[in-house]
Amino acid sequence: MEKLNTPPPVRRISPDKKSKPAKPSSTTAASKRNGKVSVKTGRSRPKVESIERMRTVDLGIAYGGKSAVNGVSLQIKKGEVLALIGPSGCGKTTYLRSLNLLVEQTPTATRTGKIMLDGEDVDKLELTELRRKVGMVFQQPNPFPMSIFDNIAYGIRERGSRKPTRRVLKPFVEEALDRANLLEEVKDNLSHPALRLSGGQQQRLCIARSLAVEPEVLLLDEPCSALDPRSTAAIEDLVLKLRSEIAIVIVTHNMQQAQRVADRVAFMYLGDLVEEGTVTQVFDKPQQKRTRDYVSGDFG
Amino acid sequence: MATPTEKKTRKPPSKARKRSQQTSSKTKRGKTRPGKAAVAASSNGIAVGGHNGPFEDLLDRAPWRENSDDFDPHAEREAWSLMDRMGLRLAWAAGIFLCVVAAAIVLYLLVRGLQFVKISELTSSPLPSLDQSQSGGYLDPILGTLILTVLGIVIALPIGVAIAVWLSEYGRPKPLARAVESAVEIVAGTPSIVLAIFGLIIFQGSFFSFLSFSADGGAVFGRSFFCAGAMMALIALPLVVGSTREALQAIPAHVREASYALGKDRASTIRRVLLPGARAGIGTGASLGMGRIAGDTAIVVLLLGATLELQPVGNAPVFSLLKGTGSTLTSYVYNNSPAGEGNAPEKAYAAAFVLLLIVIFLNFAIAALVRRKEPEWRS
Repeated sequence: MEKLNTPPPVRRISPDKKSKPAKPSSTTAASKRNGKVSVKTGRSRPKVESIERMRTVDLGIAYGGKSAVNGVSLQIKKGEVLALIGPSGCGKTTYLRSLNLLVEQTPTATRTGKIMLDGEDVDKLELTELRRKVGMVFQQPNPFPMSIFDNIAYGIRERGSRKPTRRVLKPFVEEALDRANLLEEVKDNLSHPALRLSGGQQQRLCIARSLAVEPEVLLLDEPCSALDPRSTAAIEDLVLKLRSEIAIVIVTHNMQQAQRVADRVAFMYLGDLVEEGTVTQVFDKPQQKRTRDYVSGDFG
Repeated sequence: MATPTEKKTRKPPSKARKRSQQTSSKTKRGKTRPGKAAVAASSNGIAVGGHNGPFEDLLDRAPWRENSDDFDPHAEREAWSLMDRMGLRLAWAAGIFLCVVAAAIVLYLLVRGLQFVKISELTSSPLPSLDQSQSGGYLDPILGTLILTVLGIVIALPIGVAIAVWLSEYGRPKPLARAVESAVEIVAGTPSIVLAIFGLIIFQGSFFSFLSFSADGGAVFGRSFFCAGAMMALIALPLVVGSTREALQAIPAHVREASYALGKDRASTIRRVLLPGARAGIGTGASLGMGRIAGDTAIVVLLLGATLELQPVGNAPVFSLLKGTGSTLTSYVYNNSPAGEGNAPEKAYAAAFVLLLIVIFLNFAIAALVRRKEPEWRS
């Protein structure tokens, strides 16, 4: 059981990789509506030291020759939330799904470029090992058709040949639920079917399920698009709480959400990474015209 | 104010009736257009003569009636041809007709069956006698039906689920998958008497002598619960494959991906996520298959040996029974019907009723069991 307790490996990286140089472009005067999209976040966001966990180098994904993501280079750091924004079909989700190689589930998908996890090429990692380190939460809450307890325990179980008993697993399950802010609501009925929970609870269960395997990076693919505002707020709180513990990438269509939860924002358009920077940079002082148009609501 | 289309409204309903329709037809037809309805009512407010009988209200809500309160002059029904409108009526009538037939079967067998069912016959074995009062009961056929159903589904369920999982989750290479699909279709389409005669040829081979009674000379009888059960499994197999596959395909792709994203391989995903998720479908397939097995006659007549009583072969506890011959309710009904050799129609009716009860009970029990567990996927 000690295996479960092992913290994720932390590798040192050279400090010069920490931030990309700002793009030297003609600083056009702030767009007409810039004032309206300034950051308004009511939640506290303590400064956490950010450590690089993942990076993609010139990553390209094509489906049967049709390019979906072209040459995207991004860093994903623990201690900050990276939001991917952009219009539908711009490759955000494809990019996200490539980070845990879930795109390879699609037979026609081909990949170019590199994906590094803790300085190591993910192709050198075992697929299951990679996916344990890079967790993912989907657009639709998708608990498995089993009890709440089993949903969480599913990821931890069967790691070895010995099957841990329920009693052994319980602290891990409760810890994961607690980290996902769900324990208080479900602690008395852990054996109830997970599909009976509300949508927001299901989504937090899915996050807890990912957290149970101690990932280093958590990918959230529009996690709130199927949820009501209250559940959305609960998920956003959770994201802010987790950002100091693990690296988080969130795909969202909702620019307010990006401003509320993200530290850095990457804007994608037609498979290209158009602009990447801090929330203030992208929303208040976008360098590219496309970004400006998108964040000001002119298109998208 | 009355436009030509509004004039077509043949029977403008009185206001009182409109109100009752509004409440009663709410569930069936969601949209109501109070504005238009009010216009139609005021423009030609002649209340045409009352009720046409007890089903008037029902008929008013029937879709072909144009005077329901949310009647839209531009609704597509208006443009329907006579053939289409007749077709709709026929479809409606066909549904009612089926209900009548189903009710007739149950009621007729209930009346005839209950009349002749005797508790003593349920618990006594059949006896060879021409006199109906001396020919005993049908305990053995009941047991035979149960044994054969369980045996058949026990064979069919794992094989069927395995085929469905392979087809739904792997299915590569494609040509092989298509071949498997066709094979399932062929088995599903083969008449059971053909399967039965095929089984008889197979199981009379010396290779399968361990499945049935062998004469001293070495001739294999080829008829036993094992032989019949194996062929019965073939009957149930396509049903199990079909509904399991359907249930697996109803599970959204992102549920599988969620499992992969936890670092699980395909095997654990199938075992721990997909099969539990498809259990309702598997259960449905099993109950349909069991219904088919319990109701099949041809295979029983050819492959079960047609001994009225269970006749075990050998001494091993369960094995001897399965290796032996017997009868089921279907073959019992066949034999005792006026068309069969036994000619004890009263017992045939009673046994048919018991068979019907078993099959109906089976369907309801499994439906109730699995419906509770059916997951509701968000796609």
